[in-house]
Amino acid sequence: MKEQLIALLKSMIGCIRDLGPIILVIAFFQAAVLRQAIPNFENILIGIFLVLLGLTLFIHGLKIGLFPVGESMAYAFAKKGSVFWLLIFAFALGFTTTIAEPALIAVADKAAEVAAEGNVISDNLEVRERYAQWLRIDVAFSVGFAIVLGVFRILKGWPIHYFIIAGYILVVILTALAPKEIIGIAYDSGGVTTSTVTVPLVAALGVGLASSIKGRNPMVDGFGLIAFASLMPMIFVMVYGIITPLLFD
Amino acid sequence: MELIKHLWLVSLSTFRDVLPIVVIIFGFQYLVIRKKVPNLKRVLIGFLYVLIGLAFFLVGLDMALFPLGETMARQLTDPLFIYGSLEAVPEVFAWQDYMWVYLFAFFIGLSTTIAEPALMAVAIKAESISAGTLSAWGLRIAVAIGAAIGISLGTFRIVAGTPLPYFIIAGYIIVVIQTVFAPKFIVPLAYDSGGVTTSTVTVPLVAALGLGLASTIPGRSPLLDGFGLIAFTALFPMMTVMGYAMIAEWKVKRIKKGAST
Repeated sequence: MKEQLIALLKSMIGCIRDLGPIILVIAFFQAAVLRQAIPNFENILIGIFLVLLGLTLFIHGLKIGLFPVGESMAYAFAKKGSVFWLLIFAFALGFTTTIAEPALIAVADKAAEVAAEGNVISDNLEVRERYAQWLRIDVAFSVGFAIVLGVFRILKGWPIHYFIIAGYILVVILTALAPKEIIGIAYDSGGVTTSTVTVPLVAALGVGLASSIKGRNPMVDGFGLIAFASLMPMIFVMVYGIITPLLFD
Repeated sequence: MELIKHLWLVSLSTFRDVLPIVVIIFGFQYLVIRKKVPNLKRVLIGFLYVLIGLAFFLVGLDMALFPLGETMARQLTDPLFIYGSLEAVPEVFAWQDYMWVYLFAFFIGLSTTIAEPALMAVAIKAESISAGTLSAWGLRIAVAIGAAIGISLGTFRIVAGTPLPYFIIAGYIIVVIQTVFAPKFIVPLAYDSGGVTTSTVTVPLVAALGLGLASTIPGRSPLLDGFGLIAFTALFPMMTVMGYAMIAEWKVKRIKKGAST
């Protein structure tokens, strides 16, 4: 027990190195540029301590819980050999983690506001809520699809660049076609969907799969799932923006 | 006490967010794979640490970082601060006047990315998978520099008013060119880095910065222009990570050349 605490303390000191820069930047700009005292100093100190403690526990928890589970599931799926169940798992993971994502709920509500103001949809509460809800489902579906595609790519060993380049070309084409109100939201939705808990899990899954399949290089084939999970929402949201005026009048 | 209540509420919402993942993992493990989870007790403790750690982290951010960062974003972009007095505020804003904003954007981008837990996780994985040839710290700094450049360029774009798609398309073209020349092993990781950067710490601060800028500069729409900053933050790390690998490879080639002559 005691050595666990010492290990935790050591990693906490490491986290000070990770959080130091932010504190320095904010302190500098507050003191030297804005020339103001830092308000609520006591709260800030407590907050900094909580951030430190939280980060330490989080990283430790990743190493003993999330990573091993992600990897062991990858190995188990590879051993079982059932591509079908693996893909279902991949889709379920992507879809359910995204639909519950609070940041996405906030973005979807904002998007509904923008659409109502732009007269794309009628400006009443019920229509806006429906718009936001279907947008969330659209984004969640895109992430589920992205993880499925990414896992399939690992299984087949296809190089990632063709996918990404094709994806970007599609994004460029859609940008030209989509209503301009949706474009900013589409570009940002990719960033919003990859949450702090999903990212490590998906990374462990990808690397675990690539490690347990013969002929796959974990470094080259294991990564890329998150890139897909950031790219697909952009595409799916712009498509949503193009179709909805036809569906929502 | 307020703090305890806040911690409890955030823990509940974090638990609700983590619940789908837990259900799916254990559901598939027991129903599809039909095997026991190895080291179940340790894994469950790990999940508990992740939950509590994330809750503490989020509350701490809410107490210390976000209020300060958002207030600062608002104050630094306030025309009163930039021009000194109401009379000095010009009709048309010059992009040169916003230097402090670009600087702040750069450094806040640098520091929030270093603090980003999701990025730490990916970097740890990458280092262990590459058997130490890729250092986790080196990767994080490369991503942080990319995010910093991206955010400051993004704030410049909001002030200058150049349409978003031009930048994004130009950026993607550079990424494609780099992909052809970069060492193969770094490419998927570089693509992932962009998506990972825009996470818990970075997004709220960047959004506050974008909103602050877009609402104080005439002619900018907070909803259209403020959003694009996140896209910039995700784009540039791809370039810097590939650049980092290209430089490292070039260094190794030079050493080899030096050794053979």
